[in-house]
Amino acid sequence: MIALLIRDLRLAFRAGGGFGLGLAFFLLVAVLVPLGVGPEGATLAKIAPGILWVGALLACLLSLDRIFALDFEDGSLDLLATSPIPLEGVVAIKALAHWLVTGLPLTLAAPVLGVLLNLPGPGYLWLVVSLAAGTPALSVIGAFGAALTVGIKRGGLLLSLLVLPLYVPTLIFGAEVVKRGAAGADVSVPLLLLAGITAGALALLPFAAAAAIRVNLR
Amino acid sequence: MSLWEYANPKKFMQVSAGVLPWVVGLTGLCLVVGLVWGFFFTPDDYKQGSTVKILFVHVPTAMMAINAWVMMLVASLIWLVRRHHVSALAAKAAAPVGLTFTAIALVTGAFWGQPMWGTWWAWDPRLTAFLILALFYLGYMALWQAVEDPDTAADLTAVLCMVGSVFAVLSRYAVKFWNQGLHQDSTILKVGEKDPLDVAYYLPLLVCIAGFVLLFVALVLIRTRTEIRARRLSALQARERIA
Repeated sequence: MIALLIRDLRLAFRAGGGFGLGLAFFLLVAVLVPLGVGPEGATLAKIAPGILWVGALLACLLSLDRIFALDFEDGSLDLLATSPIPLEGVVAIKALAHWLVTGLPLTLAAPVLGVLLNLPGPGYLWLVVSLAAGTPALSVIGAFGAALTVGIKRGGLLLSLLVLPLYVPTLIFGAEVVKRGAAGADVSVPLLLLAGITAGALALLPFAAAAAIRVNLR
Repeated sequence: MSLWEYANPKKFMQVSAGVLPWVVGLTGLCLVVGLVWGFFFTPDDYKQGSTVKILFVHVPTAMMAINAWVMMLVASLIWLVRRHHVSALAAKAAAPVGLTFTAIALVTGAFWGQPMWGTWWAWDPRLTAFLILALFYLGYMALWQAVEDPDTAADLTAVLCMVGSVFAVLSRYAVKFWNQGLHQDSTILKVGEKDPLDVAYYLPLLVCIAGFVLLFVALVLIRTRTEIRARRLSALQARERIA
């Protein structure tokens, strides 16, 4: 399993792997919004939590179809399906690799972009905490969507249509944590619910995704 | 004699052909009686005027929009467990009907909200949850369209339906975080309590609900029969190609 993780990470970091693409997209969103909305600090501070979360979510979405599509095309997914590791484990590892390549850098880069968007001081800690708690859910939900659409030619748009509604609860709770944190209010309830969604998704969705892959490999 | 006999397509076609005219007739009767009664023979509300009568379309369609998804969930589970093709086709047939009901509920709600709340749309928990439900229907239908092999499509959409149900419920409670919202609570089941729905509205509303339930059943039966025929046709074409 560790070998698989290292292989996926290596593929992602080398040329054409798309590493940094999501990060660049996240940066662009954070730069474009002030250009569109106007540079008033008060307005930006108000919308910063939502924009940062929506940007992170869309950046995550960009690289989802890479999770399984390339392996499906060159046949390595068939090999993985017949390997001693259960397919559920393969899905979990691939989601983990996706998170390490997109979710983790997004989480670490978010405070810098928070400065661009004039996020109020107490919000930074909660921005990082909420992204750290929420982005694993984005990766594993995305892995499920990618598993559903892996057999479809040019399934990228369909993938977004399937995955975005599933992202709604994560987005709402995540943005709520940052909003409350930035206002200095108590964040425990949305943060716990966010962590609960992540834990539930991590526990259950690999099984659904593995079922979908088995159907697609049939 | 067991319930699963009706999962045989031939048996299903026979039975549904016999049942369908009755269902369609009852649908027409209930809808005509309920809507005419509701629209023309109920008093205007003292606060809302005649806009209150949108209730007779809005409430039943909103109920059926959710119930249609539940029906799809049950049909998907039956398909995954027992592999009855009729069940998968019924789930497929129900999705556009459910989407239409969702759209009608949203549109009639907007028509009522404009004069009453002073806005067509508000990011209220219930409204938002319905919008997300519409997105789920769209994704489900798009997945059916995109996958070519019918059995693969049935399996994948069934898994999506199950996962989607969980997330639809989660979204429903997530959006409650914003505020209590503008949308009032349901008063149908509060006859004994204070501030109940008036009996003058209650009875025609029940007839309308029955009418829309029957309309859903009728539409799903018709669409399932169409899907079965389409499936038979493609099987025949495949056989001709081989011969």
